[in-house]
This record gives sequence, structure tokens and C-alpha cells, in this order.
Amino acid sequence: MAVLGSFALYLALALSVYCFLAGILALVEGAGSERLGETARRAGIATFAAVFLASLVLVICAFRDDFTIAYIFHHSNRDLPGPYKFAVLWSGQEGSLLFWSLLLGAYGFVLRLRYKTDPRLFAYASVVLAGVQIFFLSLLNFAARPFGLLEGPLRPDGSGLNPLLQYPEMVIHPPMLYLGYVGFTVPFAFALGALIMKYPGEKWIHITRRWTMVTWAFLTCGVFLGAHWAYSVLGWGGYWGWDPVENASLMPWLTGTAFLHSVMMQEKRGMLKMWNMWLVFATFWLAILGTFLTRSGIISSVHAFAQSSIGDWFAVFLILTLAVFLFFFFKNKSHLRSEHKLESIVSRESSFLFNNLLFGILCLTVLLGTWFPKITELVEEKKVTVSGPYYNSVAIPVALLLLILTAVGPLLAWRKTSLESLKRNFLWPTIGAIVVAVFLMITPKSWGSAFGLKPWQDISYFYSLMAIALSVLVTLTVASEFYRGGRVISKHTGQGMFASMVQLTHRNTRRYGGYIVHFGVAVVIIGFAGAAFNLDKEAAMANGDQMTIGPYTLICRSYTEDDAPNYASQWAMLDVYKNGKSMGTMTPVRRFYHASQQTSTMPDIRSSLNEDLYLVYEGQDDKNHPVIKAHLNALVMCIWLGVWIMLIGTVLALVPNAPAPVRVPSPARLKQAQAEPVTGD
Amino acid sequence: MSRSSNPLSSPRTPLLAGFARRGRLRHKTAGIVLLCLSVFALLGAGDPATRFNEIGHQMMCICGCNQILLECNHVGCPASDGMRNELMAAVSRGDSDSLVEQAFVQKYGPPVLAAPTTKGFDRAAYIVPPVALVLGFGLILFVIRSWKNRPAPAIADGLRPVRGAELEQFRDQAGKDTEL
Repeated sequence: MAVLGSFALYLALALSVYCFLAGILALVEGAGSERLGETARRAGIATFAAVFLASLVLVICAFRDDFTIAYIFHHSNRDLPGPYKFAVLWSGQEGSLLFWSLLLGAYGFVLRLRYKTDPRLFAYASVVLAGVQIFFLSLLNFAARPFGLLEGPLRPDGSGLNPLLQYPEMVIHPPMLYLGYVGFTVPFAFALGALIMKYPGEKWIHITRRWTMVTWAFLTCGVFLGAHWAYSVLGWGGYWGWDPVENASLMPWLTGTAFLHSVMMQEKRGMLKMWNMWLVFATFWLAILGTFLTRSGIISSVHAFAQSSIGDWFAVFLILTLAVFLFFFFKNKSHLRSEHKLESIVSRESSFLFNNLLFGILCLTVLLGTWFPKITELVEEKKVTVSGPYYNSVAIPVALLLLILTAVGPLLAWRKTSLESLKRNFLWPTIGAIVVAVFLMITPKSWGSAFGLKPWQDISYFYSLMAIALSVLVTLTVASEFYRGGRVISKHTGQGMFASMVQLTHRNTRRYGGYIVHFGVAVVIIGFAGAAFNLDKEAAMANGDQMTIGPYTLICRSYTEDDAPNYASQWAMLDVYKNGKSMGTMTPVRRFYHASQQTSTMPDIRSSLNEDLYLVYEGQDDKNHPVIKAHLNALVMCIWLGVWIMLIGTVLALVPNAPAPVRVPSPARLKQAQAEPVTGD
Repeated sequence: MSRSSNPLSSPRTPLLAGFARRGRLRHKTAGIVLLCLSVFALLGAGDPATRFNEIGHQMMCICGCNQILLECNHVGCPASDGMRNELMAAVSRGDSDSLVEQAFVQKYGPPVLAAPTTKGFDRAAYIVPPVALVLGFGLILFVIRSWKNRPAPAIADGLRPVRGAELEQFRDQAGKDTEL
């Protein structure tokens, strides 16, 4: 099997090299080389088939417990449950690179099948994709071989999968994240292709936008699944630790989000062509840079993959892609001059400029924070840590500004917005947000986590209050947009308000889908704001012992140990009471995995919209009593709920618009219009 | 110069007296703001539990887990329990925040702090983003201004450009028609 897998990878490399070279030749020669171009396209499709075969072989080897293959030996064992054996494909360095290559092949497969949309542009994009694919397949064939054989005597069982990865979400989280990372290669391929061929018009932007939205949705899903996995498995009570690996996923998300906004400027007004080109490139480049960071060992991270030899490969690839992009950018940048003029600073165009600035600053902050330990090491030969407190102090104010813009932006018209209309549209949402802020401040603390907020007591309370108030502002502006649009349709059609709003959304799915995404973001931010009210407590608990945290009382009913083929577990059974009322039993667990000889915690989480009771079995004290850490985390549920809303909004934005009803102008108006044509300047 | 000869304090020069009053008012306002900020900064600062929590969240566990000291959840962690006890002892003694941090840095090295300090080269981490924000803001204003000053694109034959009040009138009409 290993030979078959290796052969498939060599074949894939040969095919992608052919796709790249033949594709370039066909494009250079132009007319008369269609057949050569066609063979390049088919070679690209065949590359996917070969990489798919290699991936299939690796998965089969995992299921067959083929420990002759070093990768399988290091990342699997006989008692590993089936779904996790499937996840072995992306659990280690070599497998995850193969998975990356597989996804790139799959994206390329779809792209090359849809080439008739614009054969020449797609041919350019196909060549760029083949170039990126050559890099990954070279890595797989020469630097990080997934089918390398185990040295020494054959072992009866494997080392097992990292216990932290033995969690259902780890079967979904990496594919989603990789679909996001890899997917940004497609917009980059189109952008570079359009730049090289000096593509006329904005069609490539239309084509790219859908790809970008799909990719963005995958990345969003991947990032938050990662956060949810960290929350559910790592047992420290949080969901985001500002680890370099997390930052690596956040940076392309930030630039990708900025691109999804600024692309509208290019589509509607023909503006920001150069900037969009840079954003597409930066998003792709940051995805690769993140991979370089986490796999080169250059920056310490709690995640796997660190300290490997492939960092140099990534560094060379990063320099090469930057050089290629810079070359074509400066060669053809005159083609990217914008056409339109701006009329007013109070306009949708300006709001997109500021939006991009704030996303850019956030990305810069994360990039700087991630690299700063390395920079200080080089400059001062001193090691520093850059963790949560730094990002909270620098990034939160910028994020709050962005939230203000999220609220104001949709109310601004293209070209120019009169201050009067802004005031008219903004007044009630602002009053609503202020009322909510005041309400949160004056209500008693006993009402719940987010109540009784006194912003002068702590800066984190101030940030929380601002975040909640601004999220309410965003929600109300979004609601007012739906209401005003729905009212117009309702007036003209006589439909009910809800039906009118549904129709409104159908007519412009992108716009209203986008608003739903904004609403989702507001809900997520409310969830983040809850972190200021988190409580935690730790105690060793013998049978009958009590612990109180917030309104909850925990009573230890019993604790015991258990043994299963894959792991041994210790767990405690705790009766939970809220304000004296029984809420059931919770059982936090600690597992010891036999194969890997590693321990992991499985917190028990009781979620409600208001707060999560999060219990961790941390171990045993000297008297063998379980040590329980209880966290009371406020509003965490809002984060997961908000992500669902964001994804629903994105899917909606991808749905084609329903055709608008055809209106026949009245003869009088038609006559008048023909007599005196007018236009805005 | 005697106090009475100071024109800023002379009641006989109304304009200057106005400036002086405004100056005193400014001083008072600044004083009040400073007082508020001090109260804001010091609220809850004396409570040892709050201080322990605050300082503990500004430090890292040095066992290699890359976690904030008070969030390190390893039972039997070789570092965090001792570090927490040291922190609690220092806070109970009434050591100032900077003294506690200094002691920890001396013992465990600079990586024990969860964020760069605001001294020396470390300041760059805090300065670069706001400076970039201000520069970016300025750049956008400059871009908007230059785009506003661009000549209007050519209009096809037979079309009459609409500007000024007439354009506003059309916009208002469009706004009323669509109610959007």
C-alpha cells in the first residue's frame, strides 16, 4: 500500500508540473494552442485524482493498522475508534499536508470543470493553482513523506492519536479550517491571472466573490469550531488563547473579511482595484505564512507540528510568491487605476475605506503580536511573551471602532448621504443602544451575569458595556433596514410585514444576507463581552462536600475510576443546584490514554443562553479526593449562536437574487424621459 | 512681577480676564478629570483578592503550557502552584504591582509577563498599531480628498449632467420613492 501511495504522489507531482508548464506554453502561444491548453486542464483534473488516491491509501492504511508506515504508527493505534482513524489523515504534519494538497486538488478540479465561464481567465487561474500545487506535492514527495516506512523492528501497536484530538469536533474542525486556508488560493489564482492578462472589466471580481464567500464561510466555521474544541476539551475554561496557531487562522480571516467588503467598491464603482489585488494576495499569503509559523518551529506554540524541517520550504515559497506578485503588480498596475470619483466623505465608499483600515490594523496587531517575541529576540536578545493582555489592550479599542462602523455603514448611501437622513435613520437605534446600556448599568447584579455593569469599576467592564451597547446598535440598524425595506414592499403589495421582509431578502440576497452576517457578528461580540463576568473556583471535594459558585451549589455525590480499551478514566459525579433548585448531575472526566501515555480532561458543560457552568476534573489531591475546578462563564452560548447566524447569512448571500417584478413605465413618464435624458456626474 | 500687575489676573481688562477665567476653568476641569481618573484607577485596587486576580492574569505559567498563570489547569504542574503562592504572599504583604512584577521577572525572566512592558523596545508593540491607525486615517482622508477633486468622467452625447441643487432634488425624490 505504501508503494501505491508514494507512486500516486509522484504521479500527481508529474501531472501538476505538466499542467503548469503546458498551461503557460498554451497561454504564451495564444491562438492555435487550444489542444495543448486542454491537455494542461485535463492534467490538472488528473492531479486531483492522483492526490485523492494517495489520501485514500493513507486512510485505508490507518484502518488496516499498517504500522509499517511511520505516519500511521505515530498517529494511530489499534483501539482508536473508526472516525478518529479517518481523522488520522490530518492529525500530523505529513498527513495534513497531503490533506491540504487534496483540497487544493479538489478546488482545482471544480475550477477546471467550470472553465467555460471564461476559458482564458480560468486557464490563467489553473496555471497559478498548479504552481501552488507543485509546491505542496514537492513537500510531500521530498520533505514530509506520508508513506515513509518505520525504521527498526515492526511494533505491535501504534503510539496513538494525540488525546486532545480525540474529540468529535476534531473530525470536522481541521477540514473546515483547511477548506478556508486552501480556498483562498482560488481568489488569489484568479486575481493573479487577471493581473497578468490585464483582464478587462470586473467579471473576475464577480467570479472570485462567490469563491471568496464560500471560502470565508469555511474559514469562519473552522476558526469557531477550533474555539469550541478548545473550550470543550482543553479544560482551561476559555475558547481563545491568542496562541500563534489561532492567530494564524485569524489573520487571513481578517483580510478576507476586509476583501469581501472592499470588493463591493470595485464591483459598483470601479474603485480600489489595486487595494483589492493586495487584499486577495495578503489573504492567500497570510494563510501560507500562518502555516509557516506553526510548522517551522520559529515561534513557540502549544499546538503540534512545531520544530520540523519544512520551515525553509515555506520560507522560500513565501518569498517566491511575493516576488511573482510584486513583479506582475508593478508591471501591470497601470491597468488597475480606478475610474470613478468620490463625492462625499459621508458615503458608503468612505465607510468601506475605514472598514478596511480597521480590519488592516487588527490584522497588523495580530501579526505584530505573533512575531514580537521573535523580533525582540533578534533586536534585544531577550524573550518576551505576547498573550491575551496585550491583544486585549490593543485590539479591543480597534474592534469597538469597527463595531461602530458596522452599525453606521449600512445606513450610508453610495456616493453621498445627507446628514439629515443619517440622523433620521440613526436616531432610534442610537436611543435603543443607550437605553440598553443604561438598563445594564442600573439593574441589580443579582439579575444575572451581564447586569449591574459598572464601567468605572474596571476597564474590562467598560469594554463589555461598550461592546454590548454597540452590538445592540448594530442589531437595531440591521432590524431598521429590514423594517424599512419590508414596509415599502408591504405598501406596494399588501403583504404582511414578515412576508415582505422575506421577499425583500430574496430580491437582494447579498445585501440582506450580509446584514444577517452583521447581526451574527453582533451576537458573537455579546458573547465575547461576557468574558468580563467570568468566575472560577477550585476545590478538592470528598463525598458530600459542597462548593458554591455564583447562584450554583455543587455537591459531590461520588467519584470513581473506569477502564476502557483506549483509555482509563477518573470522574466525579456532582449534584448541581441553582438557587436551591436541583439542576441534575454533572460528571467531569479525566482520561489517561494507554497508547500515547497522555492525559486529557473532558469538562462537563451545562449551557444556557445566560451562562455556562463548566466543570473540570483536574486530578486528585493527597487523599485521593477529586480536585474540581468550576467556571461560571457568562454569555458563551451567544458566541456559538452568533456563528450559526453568520453562516446562515453567508449561505443566504450566496443564493441568487429572485427576479424583481417588471414594471412598465407610464406613457407620460416615458415620453418625458425620452425628451430629456439626465445623468448624475 | 507682582501678582496684581499680572494682566491675566487684572479685573480691569475684561478680555484677558475672560481668558484667565477660562484658564482657571480649564485647570479645574483638568483637576476634576484627573481626580476621576485616579478614582477610576484606584477603585478596588486595595482589595488583595482583586489584585491577586488582576496581577495573576498579567503573568504566564512558566511550565511551558503557554497559559496565563491563573488559567493553568495542570494538576501537579511543577510551576503554577508555587507561583500563585508567591503572588498571594506578595499581594498580602502589600507589595506594589510593579514590585511584584519586578520580583517575578528577576526570578523567572521576562517571559513570565503575559504582555510586553511599556519600556524600551517593548513599547513598539503598543505604539505601532495606534500610529498605523492614525497614519491610515490621515491617508484615507487624503485619498478621499484627492478623489473628490478628480475631474468628472466624460458623459455620453445627449446627456445633460445634473449637479448641485437639482441633483439633491433628484436624490430626495428617489429617497421618497423608495423610502430607503
